[in-house]
Amino acid sequence: MMSTPPTGEQRRRFGLPHRHRREPAQDFAQHHDGDATGGGTATATDSGTGTTMETSTQATGSHGSSSFRSLDADSVFEAGAPIEDKKAPHVSIEKRWDERKFNAKLVNPANRRKLSVIIVGTGLAGASAAATLGEAGYHVKSFCYQDSPRRAHSIAAQGGINAAKNYRNDGDSVYRLFYDTVKGGDFRSRESNVYRLAQVSTQIIDQCVAQGVPFAREYGGLLDNRSFGGVQVSRTFYARGQTGQQLLIGAYQALERQIAAKTVEMHTRHEMLELIVVDGRARGVVVRDMVSGEIETHLADVVVLCTGGYGNVFYLSTNAMGCNVTATWRAHRKGALFANPCYTQIHPTCIPVSGDYQSKLTLMSESLRNDGRIWVPKSGEDKRDPREIPEDERDYYLERIYPAFGNLVPRDIASRAAKNVCDEGRGVGPGGLGVYLDFADAIDRMGRKAVEAKYGNLFDMYAQITGENPYETPMRIYPAVHYTMGGLWVDYDLESSIPGLFVAGEANFSDHGANRLGASALMQGLADGYFVLPNTINDYLASGPYPKVEEDHPAVVEAVESVKGRIETLLGIQGTRTVDSFHKELGHIMWDYCGMERTEEGLCKAIGRIRELRDEFWSDVKVLGANEEINQALERAGRVADFLELGELMCIDALHRRESCGGHFRAESQTEDGEALRHDDEFAYVAAWEYGGEGKPVLHKEDLHYEYVEMKQRSYK
Amino acid sequence: MKITVRVWRQANATAKGRMVSYEVPDVSEDMSFLEMLDVLNDRLTTQGEDPIAFDHDCREGICGSCGVVIDGKAHGPQQTTTCQLHMRSFSDGDVIDIEPWRAEAFPVLKDLIVDRSAFDRIIQAGGFISAPTGAAPDAHAAPIRKEDADDAFDAATCIGCGACVAACPNGSAMLFTSAKITHLGLLPQGQPERRSRVLSMVGQHDAEGFGNCTNIGECTAVCPKGIPLETISRLNRDLLGALVRGGDE
Repeated sequence: MMSTPPTGEQRRRFGLPHRHRREPAQDFAQHHDGDATGGGTATATDSGTGTTMETSTQATGSHGSSSFRSLDADSVFEAGAPIEDKKAPHVSIEKRWDERKFNAKLVNPANRRKLSVIIVGTGLAGASAAATLGEAGYHVKSFCYQDSPRRAHSIAAQGGINAAKNYRNDGDSVYRLFYDTVKGGDFRSRESNVYRLAQVSTQIIDQCVAQGVPFAREYGGLLDNRSFGGVQVSRTFYARGQTGQQLLIGAYQALERQIAAKTVEMHTRHEMLELIVVDGRARGVVVRDMVSGEIETHLADVVVLCTGGYGNVFYLSTNAMGCNVTATWRAHRKGALFANPCYTQIHPTCIPVSGDYQSKLTLMSESLRNDGRIWVPKSGEDKRDPREIPEDERDYYLERIYPAFGNLVPRDIASRAAKNVCDEGRGVGPGGLGVYLDFADAIDRMGRKAVEAKYGNLFDMYAQITGENPYETPMRIYPAVHYTMGGLWVDYDLESSIPGLFVAGEANFSDHGANRLGASALMQGLADGYFVLPNTINDYLASGPYPKVEEDHPAVVEAVESVKGRIETLLGIQGTRTVDSFHKELGHIMWDYCGMERTEEGLCKAIGRIRELRDEFWSDVKVLGANEEINQALERAGRVADFLELGELMCIDALHRRESCGGHFRAESQTEDGEALRHDDEFAYVAAWEYGGEGKPVLHKEDLHYEYVEMKQRSYK
Repeated sequence: MKITVRVWRQANATAKGRMVSYEVPDVSEDMSFLEMLDVLNDRLTTQGEDPIAFDHDCREGICGSCGVVIDGKAHGPQQTTTCQLHMRSFSDGDVIDIEPWRAEAFPVLKDLIVDRSAFDRIIQAGGFISAPTGAAPDAHAAPIRKEDADDAFDAATCIGCGACVAACPNGSAMLFTSAKITHLGLLPQGQPERRSRVLSMVGQHDAEGFGNCTNIGECTAVCPKGIPLETISRLNRDLLGALVRGGDE
């Protein structure tokens, strides 16, 4: 069934603003001059004029007015020209990838060593791309901020990797994997890219086995599979609970082999701080040697960013401490469009926060919901030991609200339901931010031994972190930020809007739409790095040669000076607040207003507060020490400065998307029984944002067309 | 609870280091060990003192970035990574010594941070299977006994943290090296390069300045992933065979 746009009645009931409402826009940048925090409230007036978005670019007046007290979604951005992917061939979907590979220009093997490729990041996408392009004979320079490429955060992925092998004979196929991924993404991804992902998925498994990845096997010696959420086939390959580690070690070893062969030049403990763009093309990066502090310039014919997601904008997430947005954000500031920044995935089963000192959240595998029952006390006043609370005073709220799916509702539903009961004051544990995940029934039913065999390592991990024994007391869990579907906009070739800048893995926006399915992140990272990029980047390189850039080129000098200037500024502020205190405060704002549930009013408030916090950061941050040494506070300061800009764009994106889809839930856009309500007539597009500098970000829309999958409203009934 | 830490402070690779005492008065037992250092660093920064530098990243025991010697033991009193150690393992009033990994092949860069790039070079010497992208046969072309696959996996869980080296009185990296030899040597795909692999990896190990293995077993006792000593026996068998028969070429 096609979704229907909300009627006027629904719009009033859910506080939805009128479509295409255009009021004289106010410049929200003035906000903090006047009202500290309270002014940014939205009004859903009926004064719309029906002006189309394309003409609203004019409506940017009233600069300098400090008297306004309201903000609407349309006043914080400008509309730009539509964009489209021009690289996917116009043939039937199953032929597109072969056609593209055939038509792509090739580089003669003898010429490859004269061409240089910079690859930033050494996770699944970066390491596999560097190894493959090095093997192909290009001159590759690889960079990572860690002390070894093996430590990139892909290593922490637990569950598995999807592939349409159909080894189970259960009806799986490339088309089914494609279909599940498009539907799981809530119809906000590009069909061409997703189909290709499903096509190359089978090659990934072959490649990994050949390089010695020890996947789980059956007694017959063949590969084992498991099922994951959102699908009805068993297509997930795994290596116990450490699939990401094993896949990354495989890619890392392939990379080290190329380093030994001298096709790849590795730079560890180097952080990219700026992109170099010369004559409109990406031609290099400025990096900081994190040991000596030296600011280095590296020039090449093409630049690839494989720098991961931006979940750490929330401060607390399941990401590694060092994960950051700086590489992609710097590229964005240089002209790369940033697509769908508001699409974030919040995972329902993580170990809750235990205090202010908390630095990171740990995921507990989703599989626990197969046998654990989730509940909170019926009364918020009930502070008894959970084991003493009788059955009829417990609220198994997922089983109550979703009797058909019970504890196994999809990630977004489970996360939001947990938030709701905690907002009602019924949360458990420190700060009331937690719900019980109880295995007492499972232990009664299956016996402790069986539970131990199934979940033993997870229970041990929980006990290690919390000091509680989950065999005796119920676990406490709470949702946490886990993955970001948004990222730099790329076309079918994975080339961004800056020619010569390619983006792969979680850093791009390409394949997951508004929600990623389990075990698909590893698939995408390796698909991009092993099979897609190595077959598209040649087309760009063969279209050269691109003139050699000298280190004294004005664009290079400007990039280096801006990096040095920024570092000097950060060290020179000598304020009173630590970098972490700003990061934590930003995280609170993002979590409260741009987290599991977003509202027009909350997002407006968040934008105001982020702008104030950013001003405060640049006047009061305290970074000690010098540049010419290992200076971890300085590293963090640069990253937090960029998060403070990204956070605002995420809120603007969330504000403009007046619908709920996948990981983006707008309270104003829900069905009567609280389900997410998409508006395909208005929002079936990729929101690709152009950096607005001191002004407003500019929205470019890429319309999404579904020729092979029918758009439907997701249902959990 | 209130604890005192005595931390190795060293400004850079060439500076002279020393132990410095700090009081940490407000420690919660739910804090991880690294969060305790975060709290201390926050206060040092506010007071205008240089915060303590230490490597860390995933903080869930898998990336292998973190690792310090706590009261003389690599990763501290529990057999886990430093990031997974929690303050409930300590008591009010404790004095805790915190030092970097000590080994000739792991020079100190600053405070608790050491240079472990020697591990990468050991892998470069042969810790891989040469399988160019795109050349792979179907994944089911070569069945692997489940026991072999499981044992290969167990060896492959090494996180490259370097605790084995820090714990070894000889500063040997044999456990790290043998874990890779075992992982790849148990798989059919790893056979063609098996002999040359062990020769070049052990050669690189020695060239990096790691000591020899004398079967003390401190390494496996601190290994957060429990890599067993049998992997070293396997390395020795492979090495002996390769020395007798030569490399694969």
